[in-house]
Amino acid sequence: MELCPLIKNILLLDSEGKRIAVKYYSDDWPTNAAKEAFEKSVFTKTQKTNARTEAEITMFDDYIVVYKFVQDLHFFVTGGENENEIILAAVLQGFIDAVGLLLRGNVDKKEALENLDIILLCIDEIVDGGIILETDANVIAGKVASHSMDAGAPLSEQTITQALATAREHLTRSLLK
Amino acid sequence: MAQPLVKKDDDRDDEVDYSPFMGIEKGAVLQEARVFNDPQLDPRRCSQVITKLLYLLNQGETFTKVEATEVFFSVTKLFQSKDIGLRRMVYVMIKELSPSADEVIIVTSSLMKDMTSKTDMYRANAIRVLCRITDGTLLTQIERYLKQAIVDKNPVVASAALVSGIHLLQTNPEIVKRWSNEVQEAVQSRAALVQFHALALLHQIRQNDRLAVNKLVSSLTKGSVRSPLAQCLLIRYTSQVIRESANTQAGDRPFYDFLEGCLRHKAEMVIFEAARAITELNGVTNRELTPAITVLQHFLSSSKPVLRFAAVRTLNKVAMTHPMAVTNCNIDMESLISDQNRSIATLAITTLLKTGNESSVDRLMKQITNFMSDIADEFKIVVVEAIRSLCLKFPLKYKSLMNFLSNILREEGGFDYKKAIVDSIVILIRDIPEAKESGLLHLCEFIEDCEFTYLSAQILHFLGIEGPKTSDPRKYIRYIYNRVHLENATVRAAAVSTLAKFGAMVDTLKPHIFVLLRRCLFDNDDEVRDRATLYLNTLGGDGAVVQTGEDVKEFLFGSLDIPLANLENSLKNYEPSEESFDINYVPKEVKTQPLAEKKAPGKKPTGLGAPPATSLSTVDSYEKLLSSIPEFANFGKLFKSSAPVELTEAETEYAVNVVKHIFDCHVVFQYNCTNTIPEQLLENVTVVVDASEAEEFAEVVSKPLRSLPYDSPGQTFVAFEKPEGIPVVGKFSNMLRFIVKRLIQVLVRPRMME
Repeated sequence: MELCPLIKNILLLDSEGKRIAVKYYSDDWPTNAAKEAFEKSVFTKTQKTNARTEAEITMFDDYIVVYKFVQDLHFFVTGGENENEIILAAVLQGFIDAVGLLLRGNVDKKEALENLDIILLCIDEIVDGGIILETDANVIAGKVASHSMDAGAPLSEQTITQALATAREHLTRSLLK
Repeated sequence: MAQPLVKKDDDRDDEVDYSPFMGIEKGAVLQEARVFNDPQLDPRRCSQVITKLLYLLNQGETFTKVEATEVFFSVTKLFQSKDIGLRRMVYVMIKELSPSADEVIIVTSSLMKDMTSKTDMYRANAIRVLCRITDGTLLTQIERYLKQAIVDKNPVVASAALVSGIHLLQTNPEIVKRWSNEVQEAVQSRAALVQFHALALLHQIRQNDRLAVNKLVSSLTKGSVRSPLAQCLLIRYTSQVIRESANTQAGDRPFYDFLEGCLRHKAEMVIFEAARAITELNGVTNRELTPAITVLQHFLSSSKPVLRFAAVRTLNKVAMTHPMAVTNCNIDMESLISDQNRSIATLAITTLLKTGNESSVDRLMKQITNFMSDIADEFKIVVVEAIRSLCLKFPLKYKSLMNFLSNILREEGGFDYKKAIVDSIVILIRDIPEAKESGLLHLCEFIEDCEFTYLSAQILHFLGIEGPKTSDPRKYIRYIYNRVHLENATVRAAAVSTLAKFGAMVDTLKPHIFVLLRRCLFDNDDEVRDRATLYLNTLGGDGAVVQTGEDVKEFLFGSLDIPLANLENSLKNYEPSEESFDINYVPKEVKTQPLAEKKAPGKKPTGLGAPPATSLSTVDSYEKLLSSIPEFANFGKLFKSSAPVELTEAETEYAVNVVKHIFDCHVVFQYNCTNTIPEQLLENVTVVVDASEAEEFAEVVSKPLRSLPYDSPGQTFVAFEKPEGIPVVGKFSNMLRFIVKRLIQVLVRPRMME
């Protein structure tokens, strides 16, 4: 198991370090208090850096954390100290780009909270129990958006734009309720 | 999800932190969850409620057992809805709730139905949920479907089954191993990530079969691998095969060409994985390293911080064992010193400190001085430790390095940082005789303004040891005596002891010291007064220039050769009686400390009193221990003791590490042995040393360890004679010899057997 690349957690925090959506895949933080302490550390340590154009990276406590900030959202992906940093960066980028696709380019805290179900489904489709499921943003977004498809239509026949269009319809409908 | 947005603009004006979950409360949401029981399900509404529940859980809210069960049961009703979006949320919810075995039964049939549904996303996700909550019996029921899923046309379904298989391998390995054929087929899949997952699972299944792994790696390195992730896996497996294959050393390493070829792959993650793998090969040669280092050097100037970081971190590790191979990168490294990312900058500096040569030291020190003010304490400590190693490597450069250390000691910094600097100065003083005077003076200046009592006390103690040995001890007295006036009680007491040491060791200073000590008799603190009184009464001569007796010095300044833990135990066990407590009966066995040092490979020299590696107190205790053994009594003064070196691998039954004690004409090997088998008692433990490759050494005595019970470490010694005054080298093989007694628990039955 040690040879397979493993993700320890995926965090989406706001610009004050508060949780929007987090998922842990490791026993290294057994209690919620431990998790919150880690989030606080990681947020404080990265707060002053400029991680907007390129993904940044830091290391502490034997963990490698890659991160990027988009508007008022802070995205983090954590791996063990011997992990391939570039694989972690690929997971991070896949997450961010998929969220970008799913939120139609409005990647900010308000949109994220209003579409929290999409964010949670998105995270669910990237990593399963620590193992990477997918890093391609188009495929990830496709898996999430397919919730608006009709039953029976196989995934391969729907293009991503079609799926998103249907998703948009659903969203508008629910907003007007 | 969102409450309908009314009056958008007004909201924007006064809401800074609008959230659809504002004011959310667990009880209210649990109430809302009653809609799950409605005969006519509203999918949008139910999805909203599930999102709120997931939000609560995500924020750290917990459900009681009762609440969780209730929610779980209501959620199961949602299987009645055909809405795809809702079903996906149900899957996520079930995984979050982690239902117990008896609750799981309720959803099993629904999930199994989904597992064979026409909708691919249902199949994929139902599999993931089922495998997460299943147990062995259920697993055998669904095994057939999982095997089909592994070779499903749809890659999402196949990946779901394969990843679930990897997880299930931990709990139900016998079942998952039966899927080998399907997994093997999946390895040939054209879908990129299916191959990745299948490869991971297959390797896991086969990992105890070295031949099978070998075959797998051989076929794939020649075949086509479809995704960068799978290629990275393959590189890791290849490295494993290389590690475990016999080192024939005839020609090139097997599979090296494959690794080298990967350096030209399209994907950066593969290039990096291959470069790293090459640098980690056992006994890698400079020739093998070169292409990997070239590639890493290229990454050093990438615009992406992740690449720069990955490269500099790897080169940093290489520099520890092959500094010459990394020197080509020095110029690129120097430009990284000003990198925005401070982790990268620190790694660059510490690498340069390892690869730099003597002529570049001065330039490097100048660059580092500018750099230090910019970075946080934790980075500074890393740099200080790297500088320490540099000092020991280039002892002639001690002046500029010592200056640097004393400068940063004067600046702002936290306790750990200052301690790291002080430790480095202490080590320089100890190992480079020319640096002693300036080093001690720097430390004296430091304690004039030191805010950390612990450090001041330790430095004073150290001054007491080293100061008297210098050519002019008098010049330190002023600094020490000032501490008696100006500091808190702990530091004052330490200063008094230090003064006394000077008086004991340097007879000519006695009159002066006595005057100073007499003034301390009027101190506010009782410890200070007690110490002054003690020293005045025992140093002898009443202030005349007279030698202090050796036994007095021993009493006042000798260290306790008994481990404090043992003394504490004996005191606790002592029962008041006619016989007074006799300290000689306290066992002297030193319990060996755990030696694993996670971060720094190789020995880490330590400074003042830092547990657990060689510290001042351990050095003294070694001296006492050895001189208490009659056979070694005439070996003279102990020159130096090494740090303990493990002779056995982790998790062996008998753990042995060795400490090498060097005397003028002798070497004593102290073997610290630990027996980890509860049912065994080892007796007459000795180490048989094969010194055939150490011709200039002659074994003189071996001291066996009579008894080594479980979990109670003991020592056995072997002493060798060596020629005096000239450097000698020798190789010693060691074999542990002992008599094993197996302890059998005997149950005594009250009834007699006929």
